[in-house]
Amino acid sequence: MSPVSTGLAVTARGLSKSFGDRAVLSNLDLHVPAGQFLAIVGRSGCGKSTLLRMLTGLDTPTSGSFWFGEARHAPLPKSDVRVMFQEPRLLPWARVAANVEVGLTGGDGLNAQARALDALSEVGLADRATQWPATLSGGQKQRVALARALVSRPKLLALDEPLGALDALTRIEMQGLIERVYLEQGFTAILVTHDVREALALADRVVMIENGAIALDVEVDLPRPRRRGAMETAALEERILSRLLQPAAAVAA
Amino acid sequence: MTDATLMTDAALGREAKRAAPRRPAFKIGASLGWLVPVLLLVAWQVSASTGALSSSILPNPLDVIKAAWRLTLSGELLSNVEVSAMRAFAGLIVGGGIGLAFAFANGLSRWSDGLTDTTLQMVRNVPHLALIPLVIVWFGIDEGAKLFLVALGVFFPIYLNTLHGIRAVDPQLVEMGRSYGMHSRTLFWRIILPGALPSIFVGLRFALGITWLTLIVAETIAAQSGIGYMAMQAREFMQLDVVVLAILIYAVLGKLADSSVRVLERLFLSWNPAYVQTGAR
Repeated sequence: MSPVSTGLAVTARGLSKSFGDRAVLSNLDLHVPAGQFLAIVGRSGCGKSTLLRMLTGLDTPTSGSFWFGEARHAPLPKSDVRVMFQEPRLLPWARVAANVEVGLTGGDGLNAQARALDALSEVGLADRATQWPATLSGGQKQRVALARALVSRPKLLALDEPLGALDALTRIEMQGLIERVYLEQGFTAILVTHDVREALALADRVVMIENGAIALDVEVDLPRPRRRGAMETAALEERILSRLLQPAAAVAA
Repeated sequence: MTDATLMTDAALGREAKRAAPRRPAFKIGASLGWLVPVLLLVAWQVSASTGALSSSILPNPLDVIKAAWRLTLSGELLSNVEVSAMRAFAGLIVGGGIGLAFAFANGLSRWSDGLTDTTLQMVRNVPHLALIPLVIVWFGIDEGAKLFLVALGVFFPIYLNTLHGIRAVDPQLVEMGRSYGMHSRTLFWRIILPGALPSIFVGLRFALGITWLTLIVAETIAAQSGIGYMAMQAREFMQLDVVVLAILIYAVLGKLADSSVRVLERLFLSWNPAYVQTGAR
């Protein structure tokens, strides 16, 4: 039906963002190759969400630039980039299927209903298509939000702590679901999370942001699906966590 | 009296849901509400027919029914109801339409808001019924006078509630819509308007209350037809049964208008659990 979607590379050069006189990000360089699953971790307020919001066009950088694919300064391909927020942000007045169809507004809306149903069965909620969002649980709402993000077959999926508000079990299920669709569709994924274990369960690469810059950049070369509590994961988690917990002053010295 | 309960509809809906298991005999509760009015009616009839209540103070209910029958047969009742209902409807459409237009303009454009909101807030503080002497000078006792007064009275509840609804639309949903490629028009139809709709309905129900109130005053002071005119004519000939009938008809028309808005609410807000609950009442 639709062509196999491939990932979209993202490159940022000298990206800075300040709110008033407070610099959140300063002169940040980042290249995410096509198809990579990148996790961005950091303390709250470190600017990781701001970075994601700029890459998806929700915020504009104070200075610096970023581009998608190989062509420099190409405009943001809106229908190729989809964001999944911390909250489901479903329209309460639209039924579940119609909410998924919102994902097709920016691009082509051909066979919208059939495609929305496909995306819903992908997340296991095809039987809830005609219901109101108010009748769904928190985890189900977030799965509908995932279906909405995926229905247009995006080349870049930005995930802004989408599992932060879910309970532990639902979160593990959602991680499995996200990994499965990532492997099937091959988009580039950027996940912002405060949970190092979640980052290591999903990502090919973990980047840590501190003081507005990248403080740590680790490849996670572990086979999928990753076993919970495996030795290698635990070692990596320990390394990243201990770096995160180091007081900033000690690093500067 | 219905107006006061409007804002708490959502809360009531939730309460009813929680209280439901403890009140299995809901049907008894509903019919129980009619007990007091029926008793009052019986007491009224009895005291009027025994002479305890003089007919020069209040006619007995049977006389009121007889008056209704008499006026229905002569066609007077229907034509007056029609005239009043048309005035209410026309005023509601004109005033409500202008209110909606200003609310959308001011809710969506900062420029428009800056230009007109202060003026409108000042005009809002003038009681519209205070304009009656001026309106009679301007329009005489024409239809224009009633239309102007009703439209003016209806304008503000619609304007204020719609504006509030637009401003209260979840900015996170708007951001989502933008990031998913919605253009301004799609954003309006799919997110802003449905988000503001519950408030627009609240405004509409306030407006209906004001419509009837305005009409009663305007028709008793300056009119040559309508329910209020009918009541004033009857007063001159001491036909108290017709006066009471007119009052009851205003109540019925008001209740009908309110019920039709409830139907619309249930139709358009069925996504909202609070409104599905009120459907049981």
